[in-house]
Amino acid sequence: MVGYKFHQYQIVGRALPTEKDEHPKIYRMKLWATNEVRAKSKYWYFMRKIKKVKKSNGQVLAINEIFEKNPTKIKNFGIWLRYQSRTGYHNMYKEYRDTTLNGAVETMYNEMASRHRVRFPCIQIIKTATIPANLCKRESTKQFHNSKIKFPLVFKKIRPPTRSLKTTYKANKPNLFM
Amino acid sequence: MPFKRFVEIGRVALVNYGEDYGKLVVIVDVIDQTRALVDAPDMERGPINFKRLSLTDIKIDIKRVPKKKDLIKAMEEADVKNKWENSSWGRKLIVRKRRAALTDFDRFKIMLAKRAAVVRQELAQLRRTAA
Repeated sequence: MVGYKFHQYQIVGRALPTEKDEHPKIYRMKLWATNEVRAKSKYWYFMRKIKKVKKSNGQVLAINEIFEKNPTKIKNFGIWLRYQSRTGYHNMYKEYRDTTLNGAVETMYNEMASRHRVRFPCIQIIKTATIPANLCKRESTKQFHNSKIKFPLVFKKIRPPTRSLKTTYKANKPNLFM
Repeated sequence: MPFKRFVEIGRVALVNYGEDYGKLVVIVDVIDQTRALVDAPDMERGPINFKRLSLTDIKIDIKRVPKKKDLIKAMEEADVKNKWENSSWGRKLIVRKRRAALTDFDRFKIMLAKRAAVVRQELAQLRRTAA
């Protein structure tokens, strides 16, 4: 899939040095955001909640985008998240099978929006991990852990090869058997 | 009707939508219900939606996600290219491509050849009835 919506950034920052604290502790965070500006903003959002530092008395030392190391290898991703529903905060663990972590995170945001009506600002990703096959919890990912996987495609959707060839009416009924 | 073409590791499929339209690719692994990891000798391994694939009858013998060298070797051994070009589906696609690439001069030559063929057939018919 080309062009992921969410990019993974690593942001390193600290409070500004003062007379009381010449060398403040440096904190690193890995985030998902659509661009660098939003990533930095999200970093300060979390820093404010965890430590007594704001953007006005802190500095970002480094921001780097993290790219997928093996985008052609299929992995099982586990995502731990905290989200705000209409009635309160809940924790959740979701599993996705994908080639890249950015792809899995994008699927996660879409799935949370469709299944639980939770939008992007109300979701906090606690942790993500690549899960080995024997530790996966969800049946929907475990069913693909089969080296001799075999299934038929039941319904062949007839599509014109480009959208410019699309027509509303066709002369014949298409054959839908694969 | 039982199914004859399955999504499995080693199934050769034709891409019928998108950038890689018209390419023959091999299904190298299954990501989930909607996507497969797909590879071909002239492209990078990548995910593709099943909706963009048309499965063919050809299947090659490979392990899950083989190296490019092993994939090419397996494709040569199974003789995918020749099997495809001799199958009726493959032949139709080749003819279609050839027809699309005709120039006006080629079309003129074909018109003459068709006319000459009709004349020859009529002549053969007359000879057969006369003899």
